[in-house]
Amino acid sequence: MGEHTVRSFDEELQHVDQLIRDMGDLSGAMVAGAIRALLTSDQALAQNVVADDTIMDAKQRDLDNSAITLIAKRQPMAQDLRAVVGAIRMAGDLERIGDLAKNIAKRVGAVGQSPTPRNLSHSIDAMAQLVLGQVRGVVDLYVARQAEGLKDLRADDQKIDIQYTAVFRELLTYMMEDPRNITACTHLLFCAKNLERIGDHVTNIAENAYFVVTGTQLPLNRPKVDETTTTVPA
Amino acid sequence: MNIMTEKSLDDAVNAEMNARTNEIIKMRGDKVTVHYGEKQALFGVDLDVRQNQVTALIGPSGCGKSTFLRCLNRMNDTIDAARVGGKITLDSEDIYDPKIDVVELRARVGMVFQKPNPFPKSIYENVAYGPRIHGLAKNKAELDVIVEKSLQKAALWNEAKDRLNEPGTGLSGGQQQRLCIARAIAVSPEVILMDEPCSALDPIATAKVEELIDELRENYTIVIVTHSMQQAARVSQRTAMFHLGYLVEEGPTDKMFTNPDDKRTQDYITGRFG
Repeated sequence: MGEHTVRSFDEELQHVDQLIRDMGDLSGAMVAGAIRALLTSDQALAQNVVADDTIMDAKQRDLDNSAITLIAKRQPMAQDLRAVVGAIRMAGDLERIGDLAKNIAKRVGAVGQSPTPRNLSHSIDAMAQLVLGQVRGVVDLYVARQAEGLKDLRADDQKIDIQYTAVFRELLTYMMEDPRNITACTHLLFCAKNLERIGDHVTNIAENAYFVVTGTQLPLNRPKVDETTTTVPA
Repeated sequence: MNIMTEKSLDDAVNAEMNARTNEIIKMRGDKVTVHYGEKQALFGVDLDVRQNQVTALIGPSGCGKSTFLRCLNRMNDTIDAARVGGKITLDSEDIYDPKIDVVELRARVGMVFQKPNPFPKSIYENVAYGPRIHGLAKNKAELDVIVEKSLQKAALWNEAKDRLNEPGTGLSGGQQQRLCIARAIAVSPEVILMDEPCSALDPIATAKVEELIDELRENYTIVIVTHSMQQAARVSQRTAMFHLGYLVEEGPTDKMFTNPDDKRTQDYITGRFG
């Protein structure tokens, strides 16, 4: 894409784009940190993640202000307009991913104090790796303007849903086995739910990014396989 | 929440497509070429103007948009060196047919220019002039009705009704432009051509003219040349992008300003041109 006749217009657009990249990188780091803190009961790391959320919020405010000012001053058209409006929406989702990572980090203390079945962390870890791959992937694909990749990534959310259903069943089993597991398992259930929500936000980002890149919307229907709403203990 | 299934979405798209194909083509340019002496200004432009819609012609200076506009009521006839080729029809009738009365054509296809150019006469006479020479009124009473209606349609009546005998040139720029629109309307045209009608006006006068354009669409077909992309986006239903004498792209305005197909259109509307 060529440059604008007015160079400061380019600089303002780049600033907005840079903020999205920063927020994307930060959200990836926060999710990774929260998961590692949870699986290794690392309190210090969990504190870092909680602190990072303040940076995330500040970035989102900066982006909001920059985007609104840009629209007022430049009246962007076509792909520029899509990029700015898309950035505002993606920033909202990235900020929520940060909040959810923070919420996982906050539970590290509570989970760490209980004798959690060790093998449980294994299936949450698998789910977390899927989610982390999605978070990092979506920002990379947006930066590279890869529409097809974004479309595929959006479809991949169902893998997270499948994994979430598995974790949900497993946690129910542990809770039934031994009521002393209930506290930790409930916290872990929230963590798993948070991860699943992060996956949904990634899906939103992928849809927005696809629109920014191509100018067309992805079809509304997307396969959904989260069965936890209908799952009962066997 | 209203969830649209893919099927109902398809239906909506089909209905939209049908509505589009049912639109009446008021004027049609078919491989229109224009030469000014040796220099070719337009290269085979095919463009439809739909009835009761505003069609905006955009593009950088010298792209041929004004030239094309001036072909639509044969204003180029007034330039000796200009030669027009191809075919232009109004209601399927060739307007360059030798049998066509050019004066009558220009009554059916009126024009409003960039700079407001009222006659050095009273406000009343400015509007009454056209109907009088075309014999549209049998007496003074009928002429009065035409003048009032035209000024009302041009949203100028309230400001002008108490000063109809004052010179038109005494009005403000925005009022003068609306007077010129009233003058164009007075002869009951079918199509109104506007060549950058707001470029000499302040933002408030511009807003009034834009509001007027939207109202006029109900009764008239409008073709507007504008340098303001925002204006084209605001007032038109269809937009045609010209560049170096060629029609680059034409389509629904909403699409042209959010997701145009041609890179030149994209570069122009986003401010990336040369």
